[in-house]
Amino acid sequence: MTFAVGDRVRVADRAHAGHHRTPGYVKGRRGRIERVHGSFTNPETRAYGSDGLPEVVLYQVAFELEPARTYVDVFEHWLEEAR
Amino acid sequence: MHDRGAWPSDAPIDRTEHELADWEVLTDALVHSLAGEGLLNVDELRRGIESMPPDEYEQASYYERWIYSMEAILTEKGVLTTGEVDARLGS
Repeated sequence: MTFAVGDRVRVADRAHAGHHRTPGYVKGRRGRIERVHGSFTNPETRAYGSDGLPEVVLYQVAFELEPARTYVDVFEHWLEEAR
Repeated sequence: MHDRGAWPSDAPIDRTEHELADWEVLTDALVHSLAGEGLLNVDELRRGIESMPPDEYEQASYYERWIYSMEAILTEKGVLTTGEVDARLGS
């Protein structure tokens, strides 16, 4: 699933024992794609000695959290379509 | 409010700055040299830092965390043997 600016998304609410960059406070939260950063090697596999390929698309996602709108960079495999 | 990954906290952020000590500059250089040699990447460095026992993490300074992680990852890869650094330091 590839997303575009303006798309509504939800961050997967799943446990992940190893190194990952998806902060717990946005798991399960709905947000909006603000920007498509491009494709990057995957830190979840690079952290264990892999070359991080295939690259994964990284998005800047806006979340309406208290007390302020919060922008978090989230890799595509953590995002689901939200309706 | 700020956060550290999944741990929200209302504790004040320590914004104090200090001149880097020689060992801190060397630690930075060492990590970049190891990266250049393909022995340690930034994601492994972060994983090593995340693997610190929470109380040790809290007490360690920024570059002390890098040193902890460097030793852990290089030991895991067999570049260092367990206790090698301590033995060389005579401690």
